[in-house]
Amino acid sequence: MREVYVAGVGITTFGRLEYPLAEIAAYPAMMAMKDAGIADVEQVYVANMGGGRLSHQTGLASAVVDTLSLTPAGAETIENGPASGASAIKQGFLAVASGMYDVVLVTGAERMREVNNLDATDFIATLTHPSAEYIYGVTLPAHAAMFTRLYMERFGVTERHLAMVAVKNQNQALANEFAHLQQTITLEGILDSPEAMTNNPYVAEPLRFFDCCPVSDGGACLLLVSGDVMDRLERPRVRLAGVGQGTDSHVVAERPDPTELAAVRIAAERSMQMAECEPEDVDVAELHDAFTILEIAQSEEAGFFARGEGHLALEKGETALGGSLPINVSGGLKGRGHPVGATGIAQAHEIVTQLRHEAGRRQVEGAAIGFTCNFGGFGNNVVCLTFRREG
Amino acid sequence: MTVDLETILRPVDSALPPYPAKWVTLASGDEMVIRQVGRDDVPTLLEHVEPLIHVERDYYDIVAARVYAELLSFYRYRVQDEYVLVAQIDGELAAIVNGRQVRPGLGMSLHTLALRRGLRIGAHAFAAKMEYHIDILGHDEVLVVAESPIGFRRWMIEYRLEERFGTPHELGGVPSYALTRALFDRARDKLIVGRRPVPDELRERAETAILPPSDPPTPPIDLLAATRAEYDTTGTVLMMQRRIQEREVEHA
Repeated sequence: MREVYVAGVGITTFGRLEYPLAEIAAYPAMMAMKDAGIADVEQVYVANMGGGRLSHQTGLASAVVDTLSLTPAGAETIENGPASGASAIKQGFLAVASGMYDVVLVTGAERMREVNNLDATDFIATLTHPSAEYIYGVTLPAHAAMFTRLYMERFGVTERHLAMVAVKNQNQALANEFAHLQQTITLEGILDSPEAMTNNPYVAEPLRFFDCCPVSDGGACLLLVSGDVMDRLERPRVRLAGVGQGTDSHVVAERPDPTELAAVRIAAERSMQMAECEPEDVDVAELHDAFTILEIAQSEEAGFFARGEGHLALEKGETALGGSLPINVSGGLKGRGHPVGATGIAQAHEIVTQLRHEAGRRQVEGAAIGFTCNFGGFGNNVVCLTFRREG
Repeated sequence: MTVDLETILRPVDSALPPYPAKWVTLASGDEMVIRQVGRDDVPTLLEHVEPLIHVERDYYDIVAARVYAELLSFYRYRVQDEYVLVAQIDGELAAIVNGRQVRPGLGMSLHTLALRRGLRIGAHAFAAKMEYHIDILGHDEVLVVAESPIGFRRWMIEYRLEERFGTPHELGGVPSYALTRALFDRARDKLIVGRRPVPDELRERAETAILPPSDPPTPPIDLLAATRAEYDTTGTVLMMQRRIQEREVEHA
């Protein structure tokens, strides 16, 4: 396989974007092409989960390639639930690594705030098993709440640990101009004060309002190129060094141990193995904290901390900016937002920005290896990526 | 014979009992004081409300214009039995809520205007207003409407307000919803929060001056306009951007 580099990146502000879905995908693509100084693209992959249902837009890739005036480049839409973004990057990686193409654009977009929160929650719930989960009213917050309850009982995680993740990530988002949430929160305000239960009510006990990511619109893009093309560019060299994917049973209740996220473990191992690194080599990570518990659990399954000790690392500040492994310095899904089709690419955008040392106030000093975990379904289809800075 | 028209035009206010100030801690950790203000404070409030009339976002323009009119009516004695509560953070105006007594036993909620978005600032202020109607004024019922989807979610859905569709609300004549004493009691533990008395330091800071909000709602920015402009041969986007910029300068 050939080596694959990230030549350009682009992202929209996350939040509410009142533009057609294709335009939300096209804007970061234009930024990425400008960033790389490349105008000719051979193949476009567009990550999206809900275009047909939420935006009345199918065949999104065809719309995007035309919007960008990139015809007759190849174009496909990639749908893999909330892991669509990293799955699209994986396809882009394969296309360049195989030698089929030299320049591939991977862009992702979602427009979710067009519908109300109930509809958005129902839309996401369609990724659950239709006859074993969905018909009983299971939603993703419900899944995450049951998972959290088990995790608390087994490992001693408390609501305070969850709130610590929320405070860390939401406040970190203040250093990210593209992040959806731009408001400080404190443990006193969301957990300790007499008003905390009103400020931060239960959504699905034990998960509260601030334990859940917001519903966002947004887009993000990576421009992937071969080594030959990268040699001609003057941007910092960031290589997509490892791609790993793992799957697990669709029905969460069928897993031998529902607190285990086997697909995360497998995807992380494969990704780091391909990148020839170990978890302790990673300098910065973006994990899929759609719910605060997931950051803790994924930090263990990815091998950064021993099982059951992710919350202890959090307590010690190891996952904060300045700690031994800063996690979600972009704000994560919790603070930056979670437009599902774009999220995996936004995670990669952050890691590339970190490895280029262009992250400003949220820069992890000397970052050379970065990792992302894009979590599809409730852990039944996970894609992990490892990036390396060269030179 | 002379006729004093003013005595005819000016309604006679009932002696409404005052709202006792309280304070709440927000999710941000900020401490917010909610207190009643009188006519003397209205000119300051008008100054802070006026810029929001030009914010064409989430119905701020309509709500601010109506609040401006209601405050002015209150100031110039052209509305009966109106009251105004304000929420302040470090002296800064965070929200204004107002309403009036229609008759003993019945209240009419007028507006909730959050001058700082998020953190349930508007929701806490609305809860204080309902507390005033039910607990202090002794109303059995408060008539409520919403102009924005955000308001509808906060009032109609969170409090599960009852329909009073046969009663037109004073705001636009639209069908009313009602917060009853029973609904209020049901929401009391969950939504009606705050502590009394307000510590002296907090109270003094609030009463010293009503400062303008440092982070008020602003008109939406066309996030994609710059990029669109590069590809827009008609110039429409540039014209729109110029209009927005001119409006911002005008209101700066």
